[in-house]
Amino acid sequence: MDPRRDPRGALVRPYAVTRGRTEPSRDIALEAVLTCSATQVAESRFAGHDKYRIATVCEGRAQSLAEIAAYTRMPLGVARVLVADLVADGLLTLHTAAPAEGFEERMEILGRVLSGLRRL
Amino acid sequence: MDFAGYDPAGSRQSRGIVSAKIVVAGGFGVGKTTLVGAISEITPLTTEALMTAAGVGIDDPSKVPGKETTTVAMDFGRITMAQDLILYLFGTPGQTRFWFMWDEIIRGAVGAAVLVDTRRITDAFAPLDYFENRKLPYVVALNRFDGADLYEPDEIREALAISADVPLVMCDARDRESVKQVLVTVVEHAMIRLQAEHGRGFPAPVG
Ligand SMILES: Nc1nc2c(ncn2[C@@H]2O[C@H](COP(=O)(O)OP(=O)(O)O)[C@@H](O)[C@H]2O)c(=O)[nH]1
Ligand SMILES: [Mg+2]
Repeated sequence: MDPRRDPRGALVRPYAVTRGRTEPSRDIALEAVLTCSATQVAESRFAGHDKYRIATVCEGRAQSLAEIAAYTRMPLGVARVLVADLVADGLLTLHTAAPAEGFEERMEILGRVLSGLRRL
Repeated sequence: MDFAGYDPAGSRQSRGIVSAKIVVAGGFGVGKTTLVGAISEITPLTTEALMTAAGVGIDDPSKVPGKETTTVAMDFGRITMAQDLILYLFGTPGQTRFWFMWDEIIRGAVGAAVLVDTRRITDAFAPLDYFENRKLPYVVALNRFDGADLYEPDEIREALAISADVPLVMCDARDRESVKQVLVTVVEHAMIRLQAEHGRGFPAPVG
């Protein structure tokens, strides 16, 4: 059946870009941010259209995995696989989501978020 | 905010950009997207994840035929607090059958705000149960819709069966200052909880 005629096709089809893989090579949190330098963007041209699109989204502005998925209109799972590949290939820089462990570290982040909110 | 001149491959590699998130939960139409939009620096975005009814949250196309699949949309917003600190706000899909999605949303979250419409108070039961179960710090925010009866905070606490240490705040999801206050309450509550757990000598990883 033509996938475009299947009501689910539009959802399933994007996995073609990951060559059917649904498991990212590393787990990336929804809110983890990624950045891409001009050099990385230039190099990602050769990584294929979808990866290049992701790279351009992150150029000059840190973007979370969730934002990348939204701006590229890719399902989250697809975006995660491609982003993980780009990170593995050194074409995107992955930044840390807030630390989940360590009392001091967590308190510090919470304190910074709190004062950030109060400053708004 | 721009990262003009920011070179991620360069000097700031050591620590990088930290991102935190707060979850906004509640029933359909309670004001989640409104709340996120009132404070986000970007128009709330939506991302969709393909889910199987089995609830594992796996988007495996080979498993699609014959199985019930659905897309789950979540709304989110962003507040860039500093060049190296970004706060994200995630609105959860309200329906109970999407709980498996919440696991991903709450993993690593600072805490949550449960929005409650006093005309449909039972809509809040599912998120309350879920956050309590996952030990995610949460606050209850009463979204005062026009024409809703004004209940006393104690009546609401009793109806929701929330304990005395759960903060209960009034809010107008359309009002930036009001939303800010809700979020401040979430973070303060998370800090109090973390401090207390640390004092008792056990950590409380979330998610
Ligand atoms: N009066 C009033 N209306 C609100 C408030 N918050 C949201 N609304 C309205 O309620 C409707 C549903 O809100 P929405 O944010 O889409 O709910 P969601 O389904 O939880 O995302 C919208 O028409 C909002 O304008 C509030 O605090 N007061
Ligand atoms: Mg909504």
